[in-house]
Amino acid sequence: MSDEHANLSPAARLTKWLVSGPPFVFLLLFFVAPSIIMVVASFRYPGEFGGLAPVAAADPATLQGLTLETYRFFFSDFIYTEIFIKSFFVALATTVICLVMAYPLALLIARSPKKSRDLMVLLVILPFASNFLIRVYAWMILLGPQAALSQLVNGVLGAVGAGPVHLLFSPFAVLIAMVYVHLPFMVLPLYTNLEKHDPSLLDAAQDLGANAWRRFWHVTFPLSLPGIFSGSTLVFIPVLGMFAIPDILGGTGDMLIGNLIKEQFLGTRDWPFGSTLSIMLTLAVLLCVWLAARVGSTRGRYA
Amino acid sequence: MPLLEIRNVTRRFGDFVAVDNISLSIESGEFFTLLGPSGCGKTTILRMIAGFDLPDAGQILLDGQDLAGTPPEKRPVRTVFQSYALFPHMTVAQNVAFPLKMARCSADETRQRLGEALEQVHLTDKAPAYPHELSGGQKQRVALARGLVNRPSILLLDEPLGALDAKLREEMQIELINLQRDVGVTFIFVTHAQVEALALSHRIAVMREGRVEQVDEPARLYAFPKSRFVADFIGHINLLDAQVLEATHGHLRLTIAGLGEMIAPPLAGAAPGGKGTFAIRPEQVRIGIHGEVTELKNHFPGEVTHFLYRGDVTVYKVRLANGMMIEALLPNSAPGGAELFKVGDPVRVGWRHDAGVFLHE
Repeated sequence: MSDEHANLSPAARLTKWLVSGPPFVFLLLFFVAPSIIMVVASFRYPGEFGGLAPVAAADPATLQGLTLETYRFFFSDFIYTEIFIKSFFVALATTVICLVMAYPLALLIARSPKKSRDLMVLLVILPFASNFLIRVYAWMILLGPQAALSQLVNGVLGAVGAGPVHLLFSPFAVLIAMVYVHLPFMVLPLYTNLEKHDPSLLDAAQDLGANAWRRFWHVTFPLSLPGIFSGSTLVFIPVLGMFAIPDILGGTGDMLIGNLIKEQFLGTRDWPFGSTLSIMLTLAVLLCVWLAARVGSTRGRYA
Repeated sequence: MPLLEIRNVTRRFGDFVAVDNISLSIESGEFFTLLGPSGCGKTTILRMIAGFDLPDAGQILLDGQDLAGTPPEKRPVRTVFQSYALFPHMTVAQNVAFPLKMARCSADETRQRLGEALEQVHLTDKAPAYPHELSGGQKQRVALARGLVNRPSILLLDEPLGALDAKLREEMQIELINLQRDVGVTFIFVTHAQVEALALSHRIAVMREGRVEQVDEPARLYAFPKSRFVADFIGHINLLDAQVLEATHGHLRLTIAGLGEMIAPPLAGAAPGGKGTFAIRPEQVRIGIHGEVTELKNHFPGEVTHFLYRGDVTVYKVRLANGMMIEALLPNSAPGGAELFKVGDPVRVGWRHDAGVFLHE
């Protein structure tokens, strides 16, 4: 690396700074700085009417300074850990369902003639052309008690003597919309990976005695692990912090971390606790990514 | 009974006939080569033997059994692909053991056969390496070991030396010959490189536009090509348009337009008036001013137009009286060596009456 730097001409070095500069400054201002503000905020007291209590007050009697109170509070009530665990499982379930649905689709696209691949990829990302909230509200109509789906499900349930169920405002509604919204984020990295596979490897595997299933299991699947990893990351992390979908489609008991954090800032106006929750979420995500990367690196030595 | 029999096999892709009614018999233990320019159908034949492609007409029989209904994974035939197609996520050992795993061999047997196979290709110490850590020659040897580990009846090799540099290619040729002799497996080798085919094979089928032009041992193919195409494709050769004047049991008397008469070895079916090509190898052509050359039955005057010094030999290009060019190859170990003639020197070129072949039109 050091040799590479030494060999760069002044012009090339300038280009490097010009190219990497703007995103660097952008992230410094809008990611690093807010993160530091958030960390500091988590150690402060809430203000009387929301916001933060002043750290330095004119009257020493009202001076409150810094505290670990929010962290103590987080761990004192198991309900917060429980919401974390529940959110984790929703994110995991969404990721697994997306993976199971996306893998055959990505494989189908990757093995299609080159001409039709672009069109199929376009169809996968087409839902992005309409607004996210409109798509979520559409599910509200689709899952509503008067909709055909509910009628059908309850008709079947009624026939076998089970009581009617509400599809809307349920964990089911949240999960189905989570999967719906995030499916393309799983399909695209998987497709990008599968499309690069050398078809002669499958010929070789078949030639060496592998039937269709074993060709998949011993060749295609292990080679697609990097695609599975990036797709899962792109689904798991946003779902973990998602609040709009549970807000719109979930019932009162379907609060996830995202909703909890949003509630601290906009509802109860307890900024320090909201900051603490955000930090906990970030730490949980980093832990997951680190664990996944460790699994990925032992498997992916060849890459 | 031959090990593999290809009977009247035809394969079309749309209007293009890739393989046109080909029949071949390949014996057990043979090193058989399909040789031809690209697009001659040799790879299509290989893919049909492996089972990746099916004939439109005709049969492929292994030990007398028609392979038509057998998918590639069930055929006792292995392929070494041009790109090697090593599994990048598996070590050398895992790659080589893959066919054993597919055949559900026991752990003991797998260990033993894997050890043998790696030893055969001298890669025992590379067992834990991944393919991307290997050189081209090592990848090639892994592919060979993987193909042979399960003792197939036939190993198909699709231009396996194409990706190697010249020196390594020669080393691998020797290794291939030794390996084939040691394991005794029938090799069917596909190449467009005639030098490789001549060096490796027991028999060669020269192919052109979906048809087999000639099947023969390398030395016979080189010395007695049956068509102008084969003569031209294998090695270097001088081709002179000729006409038969007289055909006897012992010789042919030919006339070459603008040059004169000459004597050639006899050919069955040649009759006076018959037109064709007289073909003679550059190393059979003598070049000189007098002495040895003028004592030959066939000799003609000409002028040196180029000479190419190649180290071991010198190639002279001589323009004959009728304007035709002829190539003569002189070993530099000969007295006088490369200094013998210069460009513009008037010379005589000649060849023995029993050298060369006459090819019917």
